[in-house]
Amino acid sequence: MEDLSLHILDIAENSIRAGATFIEIDLAEDVEKDLLQITVKDNGAGMDPELVEKATDPFVTSRTTRRVGLGLPLLKQAAEETGGELRISSEPGKGTEVVATFKESHIDRRPLGDMAATLAALITGNPDMDVAYRSRLREQEVEIDTRSIRRALDGAMGVNDPAVIRLIRDLFEKREG
Amino acid sequence: MAKLKVEDLKRNKEAMKGTVNLRQGDYRVKITVHMGTCGIAAGARKLMSALLEKLEKSGSTDIILTSSGCAGLCNHEPMITVEEKDSAPVKYVKLDPEKVGRIFDEHVIGGRPVAEYALAIGSETTY
Repeated sequence: MEDLSLHILDIAENSIRAGATFIEIDLAEDVEKDLLQITVKDNGAGMDPELVEKATDPFVTSRTTRRVGLGLPLLKQAAEETGGELRISSEPGKGTEVVATFKESHIDRRPLGDMAATLAALITGNPDMDVAYRSRLREQEVEIDTRSIRRALDGAMGVNDPAVIRLIRDLFEKREG
Repeated sequence: MAKLKVEDLKRNKEAMKGTVNLRQGDYRVKITVHMGTCGIAAGARKLMSALLEKLEKSGSTDIILTSSGCAGLCNHEPMITVEEKDSAPVKYVKLDPEKVGRIFDEHVIGGRPVAEYALAIGSETTY
């Protein structure tokens, strides 16, 4: 994966395959500690401890546990290359939370990338699912919740309408201030 | 903080009226972008962005753009599947934004599958 926004899309796709109806994506940084933290949390099927254990091992995953593939191992590697780490907490029937931390200034820390395209792809492909996105970074501060968009649209159109997606994309181009 | 406000949407609702989309089940063509790890790593998101732009420009209201997971043909990614109602689905392989633009114009809008980008028409292959 070239950048973090592609990793986020990939991890969120896991949530979708796990039957999630709501995904929360949170990007935060701790400037003093030089940390960047990505959290993807869903209300999907969840995993038992054994599967959580296997989820980051690219060689153990088998076709019978197809919900987990190379995505998590790749994100783990991207985090660890910077001195960061990947943590997964999951409960069957409740959902999964994936937290990746990166040393923000590390030379191997991949750029954030095009988060607008990631959200556009997620919302377009999954109009019945809700996504809450929040970034509180020096380079980007954006908050989007498809639940409130859905309420505002009031059934007049889907959240996947190209015009709605355009509004969401535009939000990322607005500069702070 | 940039925040999408309900008021913004309401203000835009009137302007959007013409673009209101069925997209709830009744459609003429369905385009699926394969978004497994393999697809995403190979550039599936660029295809999605390109198709969104094409869809927006076309103003069509009878086309569904959606995504799915890995189709098991990772070496052929990035891929899309185009399904015209009552026709066999066509899987297109090893794509880029330019190729999906042509598929959109010729197949999705024009009804003529682009044979040179297709993996197989009508059925799965076994390799």
